[in-house]
Amino acid sequence: MGLLMNSQLIYRAMMENEMKKTILVMMAAVLTLFFTASAMSEVMSLRGNSDLNAMAEKPAKKTVQSIKGGIARSYKLQPPMVPHTTDKYEINLKNNGCMKCHSEKTYKKEKSPKVGDSHYVTRDGKTQSTISSRRYFCNQCHATQMGAEPLVKNMFEGVK
Amino acid sequence: MNNGKRMGGFTLILIGIIAGIVLWGGFNTAMEATNTEEFCISCHEMEQAVYQELQDTIHFSNRTGVRATCPDCHVPKEWIHKIIRKIKASNELYHKMLGTIDTVEKFEEKRLELAQNVWKEMKDTDSRECRNCHNFDSMDFDRQAERSADRHDEAIDAGYTCIDCHKGIAHSLPAGYDPANDLPGEAEE
Repeated sequence: MGLLMNSQLIYRAMMENEMKKTILVMMAAVLTLFFTASAMSEVMSLRGNSDLNAMAEKPAKKTVQSIKGGIARSYKLQPPMVPHTTDKYEINLKNNGCMKCHSEKTYKKEKSPKVGDSHYVTRDGKTQSTISSRRYFCNQCHATQMGAEPLVKNMFEGVK
Repeated sequence: MNNGKRMGGFTLILIGIIAGIVLWGGFNTAMEATNTEEFCISCHEMEQAVYQELQDTIHFSNRTGVRATCPDCHVPKEWIHKIIRKIKASNELYHKMLGTIDTVEKFEEKRLELAQNVWKEMKDTDSRECRNCHNFDSMDFDRQAERSADRHDEAIDAGYTCIDCHKGIAHSLPAGYDPANDLPGEAEE
């Protein structure tokens, strides 16, 4: 009998301990849920507030813009953005389609902006008659524009 | 007797007419068979180089779904010019057998010369093959970009032909060709 009582006591003590643990874990879970829920209500995914199992809202189709007179720069020394489509012009080892209009020889006739003088200077400071190889791939810096709104609203204003 | 002779002559003429139709039809069918894109790119010389480049251009895929295939630009539509071009093509067969441009590298080496041949031919025919589809008369300048409209206006006045400006629009330009040295009306080739 004495042996039985003893084992029952130990069992009860163990159960109490387990209960405490369970309650603690549950409280932590409820708290976490509460905080994540309140946090989620403030943060919105960039893809919008659509359900996971619903189709995301389809973004409007955009095409490359043609802007007469070009696009104003937002800061000094900004590479000017390209105000026309460029898909017909190739830039490869053999040819650079941009230079058909923007080169020293053709810019006047084509009424297009001339490639900047800095683009003829090599990294060693020598000025070449043809465009420097480090400036050869125009679309690394000069980008066409689609007129897309920024995903996150911001207060940025370019220098005037 | 007399009647039989007449019948004989009539049959001969009839056979002649039928044979003529069959032979002529067969000849034209065979010629048309060599006038398809499928036939052109059955040679790897065409398939591996120029056909690959064509696929990136507006003549291959565009808004309206109209496609220009090899013969549309490179073989005249009119019968007599077509025959002349087909006879000239025997030279291409000869070089195919010699393997003159059987690798892409060999082709690139010869490319400037080959391109200049095509440009010269197009210039001489006033871009006849372009004009099967494109005509100044049917161009609505109001629907063109301002720059295009201005330049087309200028081209009409100066009597330029399509290829004067539109080089390398369906295939890549060859190495060593600088468009800046080849402005229409300024530099003569």
